[in-house]
Amino acid sequence: MSIKKISKNQPDNFEFNSKNNELAKKIIANYPEGKQQSAVMALLYLAQRQNNNWIPLSAMKYIARYLAMPYIKVYEVATFYSMYNLAPVGDYFFQVCTTTPCMLRGAYKLVDVCKKKISENENEISRNGKISWMEVECLGACVNAPMLQINDDYFEDLDEIKLEKIIDNIKQDLTIKPGSYKGRKSSEPEENRITLMENKNA
Amino acid sequence: MLEDKDRIFKNLYNDFGADLKSSKERGDWINTKDICNKGRDWIINEIKDSQLRGRGGAGFPTGLKWSFAPKEIGSRPHYLVINADESEPGTCKDRDILRFEPHKLIEGCLISSYAVNAHVCYIYIRGEYINEGAKLQKAIDEAYADGLIGKNSSNTGWDLDIYIHYGAGAYICGEETALLESLEGKKGQPRLKPPFPAIIGLYGCPTIINNVETISVVPTILRRGAKWFSSLGRDRNTGTKIYCISGNVNNPCNVEEEMGVSLKDLIEKHAGGVQGGWDNLKAVIPGGSSMPLLPKNICDTIKMDFDACVENKTGLGTAGIVVINNDQDIIKCMARIARFYKHESCGQCTPCREGSGWMWRMLERMAKGEASREEVDMLMDVTKQIEGHTICAFGEGSSWPVQGLLRHFKKEIEERNNFNPLVNTGQKNPYLVDQHLLEKENA
Repeated sequence: MSIKKISKNQPDNFEFNSKNNELAKKIIANYPEGKQQSAVMALLYLAQRQNNNWIPLSAMKYIARYLAMPYIKVYEVATFYSMYNLAPVGDYFFQVCTTTPCMLRGAYKLVDVCKKKISENENEISRNGKISWMEVECLGACVNAPMLQINDDYFEDLDEIKLEKIIDNIKQDLTIKPGSYKGRKSSEPEENRITLMENKNA
Repeated sequence: MLEDKDRIFKNLYNDFGADLKSSKERGDWINTKDICNKGRDWIINEIKDSQLRGRGGAGFPTGLKWSFAPKEIGSRPHYLVINADESEPGTCKDRDILRFEPHKLIEGCLISSYAVNAHVCYIYIRGEYINEGAKLQKAIDEAYADGLIGKNSSNTGWDLDIYIHYGAGAYICGEETALLESLEGKKGQPRLKPPFPAIIGLYGCPTIINNVETISVVPTILRRGAKWFSSLGRDRNTGTKIYCISGNVNNPCNVEEEMGVSLKDLIEKHAGGVQGGWDNLKAVIPGGSSMPLLPKNICDTIKMDFDACVENKTGLGTAGIVVINNDQDIIKCMARIARFYKHESCGQCTPCREGSGWMWRMLERMAKGEASREEVDMLMDVTKQIEGHTICAFGEGSSWPVQGLLRHFKKEIEERNNFNPLVNTGQKNPYLVDQHLLEKENA
């Protein structure tokens, strides 16, 4: 089980903006009548997106009222799942996968780069306020290891130099390109592919 | 080696694009109506005859699972739930299906929903796969616009709605009853079985839960016939499977191969061989992190299917093959897996919640050589106390990799941790595992 820290600085109020309000209504309609509680996970995502990638307690209370469910049930969900951030994170939120398949291919070297170029500790926002990083468990792209996730996007087939370049680009406000950094477009073998060759040449 | 014409996932490497038009060119959605018109019993029997086993890890026969659903819709609606919460370390096959072959999955959803009398299908995708989910949503929208699903799907007279539900980073939600809890908007803690979800599942209604890969191969099996599918592989281990080969290999890749392909062929032919050559191989985890590892001498000969793996005291699981070579510290690798399980335990059952952390701390110490000789046997004891004493199979999943390590590499651990415990050796008190830490400062 993981321990999640809840931010000490909490905004007083939270309300969905009109766009998210509409989205929320649409999501609730995906579930049978009376089962609106099913939408709690999706609504927490909406709140997280609206509030700079973290969920304040007031948003949980708001969602509890929105779905007519007890506040503690929303709190339980928000603290149980690891993708809900309960404290502020950087604009660029790095999640470095360090589970064994990535570790075998050098994930801890990426962690060292993060320590050196972003912040000494996990979940600390960098000095320019833009980036924070943390170690996470398997992100399900083991064939493209080592990899990390920045906000929604996967950055695959990395090494220290490529990651340093990505961080430098962020610091200089340049755009960063998600996907494989070895030029792969999928999880095909990098060299000597021997299957589905007709398709490749088609 | 499997011939290209027998591969089900022709677009595994995204040579064509995942849109509806190119999917149709590859043979999806061609005669869905004719398949459904043959009737529920025919579909279920054909899947039974094909001997398709679930691709999500447990390998339960799919046709049999479907036949557990009530034959007629009673007072409660039926649901089909697709498990796309792929989080087993070493496994990344469902991701490629979601992003490159979404129409195989959607067509599979329609046929399976028809077979189990479900009008609503939920696809539970892990939250990190947000881009893959968006691609699937695009494919679902295409299918709705083309009349393939929705009211009177593909002119079959069957109404089907498909919705995506995102998870939020909990490995345990890949367990089917935890997934249902999560779908209901609760924290993902597994339920006791029985009752099984086929009778009492989502919202207390009959629910069939299948893995993405299982559902995606269904249309092809029904098109080409159960006979074709069961001609691949061997009895009770039929068909094809996507293998994910990661870790210390030269060309990590996903590849669709016949069931029962040899592990050596997979690594040498498809993944470009072990880094440093075959002789540099230390161990292989054959089926995702929760399956016990295999040392080199077994890897030389083992065939990759469900029963062959069980004969070697491991399991095919999700076929996520993690290759570990001699440059790695095997104890450290397993300690990292133990940390994964400690992090992902849902906390419901005490043996798992406490035991997973216990195993992790002991393995970390053993990797550093700080454990005493007796602790090696004690670690085995801890794994035995978790295994079989929990609500779901997470207990087995977390203790089997450690048991595998002890079974094959006990000598290596003992060589590194070869001193007497600081507690009085005359005293037999096996549970003071942290006793020697107390002697240290700041323990």
